[in-house]
Amino acid sequence: MSTSTISLDHVVAWLARFRELVTEQQSYLTELDSAIGDADHGANMVRGMNAVVEKVGAAPATAADELLKSVGMTLVTSVGGAAGPLYGTLFLRMGVSAGPVAELDGAAFGAALRAGLDGVVARGKAEAGDKTMFDAINPALDAWDAAVAGGADIAAAASAALAAAEKGRDSTEPLVARKGRASYLGERSTGHLDPGATSSTLLFQALADTVTS
Amino acid sequence: MKKLINTPESVLADALAGIDAAHPELKVDHVNRVIYRAEPTRAGKVALISGGGSGHEPLHGGFVGFGMLDAACAGEVFTSPTPDQMQEATKVADSGAGVLHIVKNYTGDVMNFEMAAEMAEAETGVKVASIVVNDDVAVQDSLFTAGRRGVGLTVLLEKIVGAAAEEGQDLAAVTALAHRVNDSGRSMGMALTSCTVPAAGKPTFDLPDDMMEIGVGIHGEPGRHREKLADAASIAKQLVDPILSDMDFTGSPAIVMMNGMGGTPQIELYIMYNEVAKLLEAAGVQVVRNLVGDYITSLDMAGCSVTILKADEEMLKLWDAPVNTAGLRWGV
Repeated sequence: MSTSTISLDHVVAWLARFRELVTEQQSYLTELDSAIGDADHGANMVRGMNAVVEKVGAAPATAADELLKSVGMTLVTSVGGAAGPLYGTLFLRMGVSAGPVAELDGAAFGAALRAGLDGVVARGKAEAGDKTMFDAINPALDAWDAAVAGGADIAAAASAALAAAEKGRDSTEPLVARKGRASYLGERSTGHLDPGATSSTLLFQALADTVTS
Repeated sequence: MKKLINTPESVLADALAGIDAAHPELKVDHVNRVIYRAEPTRAGKVALISGGGSGHEPLHGGFVGFGMLDAACAGEVFTSPTPDQMQEATKVADSGAGVLHIVKNYTGDVMNFEMAAEMAEAETGVKVASIVVNDDVAVQDSLFTAGRRGVGLTVLLEKIVGAAAEEGQDLAAVTALAHRVNDSGRSMGMALTSCTVPAAGKPTFDLPDDMMEIGVGIHGEPGRHREKLADAASIAKQLVDPILSDMDFTGSPAIVMMNGMGGTPQIELYIMYNEVAKLLEAAGVQVVRNLVGDYITSLDMAGCSVTILKADEEMLKLWDAPVNTAGLRWGV
């Protein structure tokens, strides 16, 4: 199916698919996190996305800002740790950027994601190469923007973003962590994928699955 | 895992119920998981709120009461509480004079408290200031890490700043004092054994019987290095030396805390205190006050930490002021 816009139904399906993916990969995320963090990333993401899907299902939203902000607040209040404020801020800022609309074109959705990432950066103070979720999301958004600017439809943009996120995720393996609990390990944090970059890649996997299925 | 629990899932709720049952002078909000003083904050008094993951008791709930905190937000074991809990505590504890958030420097705690402060200010206009405590010298390269962790100094800071707030100092003064205390103290810890998080069911890290971890964090984070177990005098030196090489503690009175990590008996803490006191005397540090006991723990970890605070006259006076909490009580 080729589509040129992302509807609220797409967003809801995207969140549901993200929940499925973090649930499937819960023990993998936890394993990555026990290597360099505190072994709770899988459980935290599953708890948060369960709460999100329940919340979104309970009261269907009529506008993108309302929907995305409610997702953000639910993550902030249910996840805790570092992932709660970071993923929560991503969706809260996406909501602010999206505004009270029922659908977003590729450029508007990209702008919303970019606003979300800017919020994550403001909150977490991460830069490229710090071995964080930024290292997956930033290249994914660059790829999304380039695809949309080149006239690609949503499915092609999502698939380009996913490929870039995967590459960004894989690039975190040799890096020394400079943020979060992993940074206490210094050189011992190399040789492991970053759990946050890995779960963020699932966000783009979920998006690609949603808009191409 | 051998623990005095009902189920791993109910540890926090059951512990909060116990605090509620044991302390009529406290008020426990079981929904938001906040411990308050039973009496509302006196009008004009700055409210002090702290919080963090559970498993460090008596920190923070045990320090709610006259002369210390007004409220403490409890997260799951070793997991930061969420901004809605902190926002609720901020709203309830504020008397109109503003609120100081006392935050230990961990990425999750810092971000959740930041969000809570923004949300509380946006919603109710309450003035929120914050202090991020970062005293653990075990984390060396702070430019390329999340920075020094917040550990033992948090206890001394909550006592001293709590007394200032009780005295009626305003939010700006209380906050400035909190920064001064944070800038004047350092800590270093060690572990003989790992802790076991109830939900995990097994020790957080493996430490062979004949080894110890020097520079361990209060969540079982790795320290500076591991080595063969040694006698108390050598361990004391390994804790005191990095603190003294990080900051000059001579020429001013000092408050010293010998803190147990939860699984170490008091008799060993006194042996360690004695060794630490001898080293400090030899180094020309004048210790005028001390605490020996379990004040900021890491569940059942065996081990200890040393905190040294270079105290000025005002800090000492505030240290001596009356305090009446479950975890610290004198002068009342």
